[in-house]
Amino acid sequence: MASMRDIKRRKGSIQSTQQITKAMKLVSTVKLQRAKSNAERSKTYFHAMYDTVHSILRKSGNLEHRYLKTGETGKTGVIVITSNRGLAGGYNSNVVKLITQGALANEDLAIYAIGKKGRDALGRKYEIAQDYSDYIEEPVYAEAMRMSSQVLKDFEEGRIKEIYIAYTGFKNTVSHIPTLLKLLPIIPGQEPDAEKEGELQDEIENNTLMNFEPEEDDALDLLIPKYITSLIYGCMIEAVAAENGARMQAMDSATSNAEEMIDKLTLMYNRARQSSITQELTEIIAGANAIS
Amino acid sequence: MADNLFKLRIITPDRTFYESDVVMVEFNTTEGEIGVLKGHIPLTVVVAPGIITITEESGTKEAALHAGFAEVLGDSVIIMAEIIEWPSEIDLERAQEARDRAEERLRARTPETDIARAETALQRAMARINVIK
Repeated sequence: MASMRDIKRRKGSIQSTQQITKAMKLVSTVKLQRAKSNAERSKTYFHAMYDTVHSILRKSGNLEHRYLKTGETGKTGVIVITSNRGLAGGYNSNVVKLITQGALANEDLAIYAIGKKGRDALGRKYEIAQDYSDYIEEPVYAEAMRMSSQVLKDFEEGRIKEIYIAYTGFKNTVSHIPTLLKLLPIIPGQEPDAEKEGELQDEIENNTLMNFEPEEDDALDLLIPKYITSLIYGCMIEAVAAENGARMQAMDSATSNAEEMIDKLTLMYNRARQSSITQELTEIIAGANAIS
Repeated sequence: MADNLFKLRIITPDRTFYESDVVMVEFNTTEGEIGVLKGHIPLTVVVAPGIITITEESGTKEAALHAGFAEVLGDSVIIMAEIIEWPSEIDLERAQEARDRAEERLRARTPETDIARAETALQRAMARINVIK
């Protein structure tokens, strides 16, 4: 059995770890609240943008536009949103796994990293085209705009032929879903929603074709960058919320694990103390008996 | 009265700016001003800076709309606005300063002046000022 002093030291060290995890949990709870309300506010725009652009494209019949076709040359571009800091449970590795073990595993990828953890994990295997890791701390719309113009430029110049975005969707505080979304080329009408299918049928029957002002090409030139920007921005905001949620959970379970260990060690310590008292008493009594 | 209403939604990255049934909406596009009533043909337009006038059953509302695009359908209009403000949210002094700055830049017209940017800034400032008046 370990000595009393060893157990005590061990317990002390776990207690201070627990203090740290508890503090980190509190911090991420506060950050989560903020990120969550942000995510909820921008969610409407983000979803409406997705729905609107897809509905526009669905109604437009056969469009010929460079953003709607897979590029002929280049790699597959993936925007990967992870965090800059660890200790968030499976948050970062889930996103990385989505790429290394998912549908894109065997493609030649160019990574646009947002978040150091994803950059470091994927940098060993794939090329890092751009690194925007600083942006994830405080997502700003203007930065999403810069990023989208960069990826669109790479797409137009044939360095990449498709653009995906990998991020963690924030469903609610406890449920976060690593998601891989195709940004470009846009394939309209990929919604499995039955209700929407019905609408789509109606629309086709009504034979209403979308008109564009200015001309189709010009309108889409203006519209699609906005679409990409808002998706990147929305994904970043959701990812930040998910990151803090994941960290809060990880720290919560770390705190309760520490609690459990402390309880166990307290029990061991008390047993050790008891047995040492018993032993001392036995020795004293044996000594007294020997004298008399 | 009720059958000439359509659904108007104006959404920005930060919030749902406006959502209600309206009679008419007028705003500025890159091709000029348009007014939309119920039953409009499907149309996608790109927004240019200007005043948006929303006619409800009970009266009209105005706001300064700066950038975005709109999807017009027969029974609904969605405006995905990047920037839009109610008159009460506008800082008149700042808008006037911005207008003066933009005008100054356009007058000076050095080769490195970004004319398009200055013009958009001017349009934006004018929209803000006009919507207050």
